[in-house]
Amino acid sequence: MDTVFRTYDPATAQRSDRSAGDRLRHREKVHEAIRHNIADIIAEESIIGKDRDRIIKVPIRGVKEYRFVYGENVPGVGQGGPGTQPGQVIGKGEEGGGAQQAGDRPGVDYYETDVSLEELIEMMFEDLELPFLERKHLRQMEVEHLYKRRGYRKKGIRIRLDKRRTAISRVKRKKAVQRADAFALRPQRFPFHKDDLTYRHTVTEIRRESNAVVVCIMDTSGSMDTMKRYLARSFFFLLYRFVCTKYQNVEIVFIAHHTEASEVSEDAFFHKGESGGTFISSGYRKALEIIDQRYHPSLWNVYVFHCSDGDNFESDNPAALQAAKEVAEVANLFGYGEIKPLGSGYYGSSMIQFFSQLEADNFQTVQIQRKEDIWPSFKGFLSRERAREDAA
Amino acid sequence: MPASFTIEELESWNERIFAAARSFGLDPYPQEFEICDHEQMLGYMVYSGMPSHYPHWSYGKNFEKLKTLYDYGVSGLPYEMVINSNPAIAYLMRDNSLLLQVLTIAHVFGHNDFFKNNFTFNSTRAEFTIETFKAHADRVRAYVEDPSIGLEKVERILDAAHALSLQCRRNLAIRKQTLEEALERRLEESRPSADPFQSIHRRREYIAPDLNRVPLYPEEDILLFIRDHNPHLGDWEKDLLTIVHEEAQYFIPQMETKIMNEGWASFWHKRILDTLELPQGMQIEFMVRHNQVLSPARGAINPYHLGIKIWEDIERRWDHPTPDDEREFGPRSKSGREKIFEVREVERDASFIRRYLTEDMIRELNLFEYQSRGGDQVVARVADGDNWRAIKETLIRNVGTGTVPVIKIEDADYNNNRVLFLRHHHDGRDLQLEYAEKTLRYLHLIWGREVVLGTEINGKPSLLSFSDDKLLIKPIH
Repeated sequence: MDTVFRTYDPATAQRSDRSAGDRLRHREKVHEAIRHNIADIIAEESIIGKDRDRIIKVPIRGVKEYRFVYGENVPGVGQGGPGTQPGQVIGKGEEGGGAQQAGDRPGVDYYETDVSLEELIEMMFEDLELPFLERKHLRQMEVEHLYKRRGYRKKGIRIRLDKRRTAISRVKRKKAVQRADAFALRPQRFPFHKDDLTYRHTVTEIRRESNAVVVCIMDTSGSMDTMKRYLARSFFFLLYRFVCTKYQNVEIVFIAHHTEASEVSEDAFFHKGESGGTFISSGYRKALEIIDQRYHPSLWNVYVFHCSDGDNFESDNPAALQAAKEVAEVANLFGYGEIKPLGSGYYGSSMIQFFSQLEADNFQTVQIQRKEDIWPSFKGFLSRERAREDAA
Repeated sequence: MPASFTIEELESWNERIFAAARSFGLDPYPQEFEICDHEQMLGYMVYSGMPSHYPHWSYGKNFEKLKTLYDYGVSGLPYEMVINSNPAIAYLMRDNSLLLQVLTIAHVFGHNDFFKNNFTFNSTRAEFTIETFKAHADRVRAYVEDPSIGLEKVERILDAAHALSLQCRRNLAIRKQTLEEALERRLEESRPSADPFQSIHRRREYIAPDLNRVPLYPEEDILLFIRDHNPHLGDWEKDLLTIVHEEAQYFIPQMETKIMNEGWASFWHKRILDTLELPQGMQIEFMVRHNQVLSPARGAINPYHLGIKIWEDIERRWDHPTPDDEREFGPRSKSGREKIFEVREVERDASFIRRYLTEDMIRELNLFEYQSRGGDQVVARVADGDNWRAIKETLIRNVGTGTVPVIKIEDADYNNNRVLFLRHHHDGRDLQLEYAEKTLRYLHLIWGREVVLGTEINGKPSLLSFSDDKLLIKPIH
């Protein structure tokens, strides 16, 4: 008998995750590939104000195993039923209907993988070369102290026991007993009674200044390409994260404009491409209208940022300046970012020069040419924040 | 979960199965079975069943893919996994029922017999399989751990080598000629052939062969050629190329005999189990499982199904030839049994189908040819009229290594510039260009200089030349 049976050994089975190292390495390669296309991915995905545990499907390239293979014009053989007729469709492109070699054929140009938003944001921070300390601020929302102490109670939880007041009330009770029963005065134990226990009381307070709204305004003329959208989105995202760290209740408004402005969803905001002229003033007017209706500055901290490539109609400039002044009056912080990637050419006018006429200390213009500019210009932008007492 | 069987039970079943297999004339290597769980099974599948294998990220990728498919129930695990070594090693999943174990054991003996006796496996040196793979793994790990090399560099070479590993000789039963033999043959060929009428013919001119040409004859083993002709490769790089090449050579016979091998094993597990007189419950489960494995795959080819059909057809035609068979193939000198044992020794998938897949069989199996049109797979031909011939030809091209384009190195000093020139032997099937570009990039990486591939694109002869990080496509006029 030449046959050997080797029994199952749970101990080796538990130790035998042999592909762990290769899986890890594969995962790293996937991440590398994602990092490589981070600009495309961020520009395409809705990330602002989304749940960070959300899983998104990301198309990746570069982790395929290439070989010499035949292209799509190659016929194959399959097995059908008696009714199979020429011209019958048996499968879609790659996956269905292939003969056994279908796996060797090249699939679609990329395959998808799941990444959590958290990972994606982390990679974006890396790509933008954000300092580590700042990353932490932007990632974690600081919990504000909303509990306030308000008086004392006889009932409460152990942790809030006020020892000093408890001791005092015991002494009071002891004195009272001594007064009432002066003759019984003799040294004896006088323990704490449960009536002595005094607890601190706290109440939850809703702080008004925890409301903030971020108004993102973007020029959606046709010239805003993927790279510009990535830069704009990164900037808006940082702003949103920053505002989230300071305020508890943050809302976000997207306004897209060309010659007219409208409020849109995040998805539409970044994917909308329209042609036609640009009236910057229309975007500002729309922002003012929304702020007036829903986010009155007496209750809300308002952050307004506008991204454009700076090509405004001459005739609109005075109106834009006027509107910008009004926005600056209601906003904590108002920014204008001009996105002109290197090499795109400085055609048309730059609004930055024009906006220099606006004298408001909470207004800031930034020019973004490369992704490296984002973080410095973001910091510069924040330094202009106006302390708002009236909103508190 | 406790297993539904004991080792003693398996051993007693195995004894009966082995006796049946021997009585049918199967001649397997000694066999080892290892009981494993599904997680280990996935691991073995990813590493081709090898107990020891070198690491590479592609195996991790494959594992994740298999595990996802398995976890979501898209695909089950195979019942059996057996590797071609002496002794042959097979894995049995402990969660399977006793019947599945019995079925698997019988099936494994079929594969084992095929490994030992089919001619394509002669080159694999089964007695050293495990040790070879272990040695490969140790060497690759040593390079990864070597501080002067490290993972990144090893991976670069392995990525490139994996891309090219199947560009090697397919028929390993033909011995590769040595350099001396090639020189000899070149001289021989250039010598004018003997002419019995030389006294009246003009003497033919002697053209001296170019013996400095490298390679003398077009070379199919791309990795080995680069290993031997790129002087800038380090020893460890050469070794990695050798390792990947050897592994590919080990697996080529299995690619080349997939349909025969699966058909053979299924043919025998059926016959062995039929002799075992299974208790009724097991018999019913056996029928169910057997039909599951052997059901034709709609729109594709199930190698188990196609294989067993052809084997059974051969046996029937030799045992009970119909008058038509007699007319077409002549009188029979062998019994069906003798014939199939002969076929299992001397054929590979391509020749097996060419010789033994008959017109009737093609019609019975409803084989058809499909072609992709505008993103859809569309049936192009069904087996009516004379179309069966075309379908058979297409099938032959799509089995075994037929799906790997034949690409040979023709000149290592193209344009006197140490450019590597390769030619794709175009048989009507174009290369996928994106893949060709990426693969040429890898080739460029290990060759170190420009590489040029001659092929045809949409009927036009073209050159794909890769250098300086980009691909140029030049049509030839």
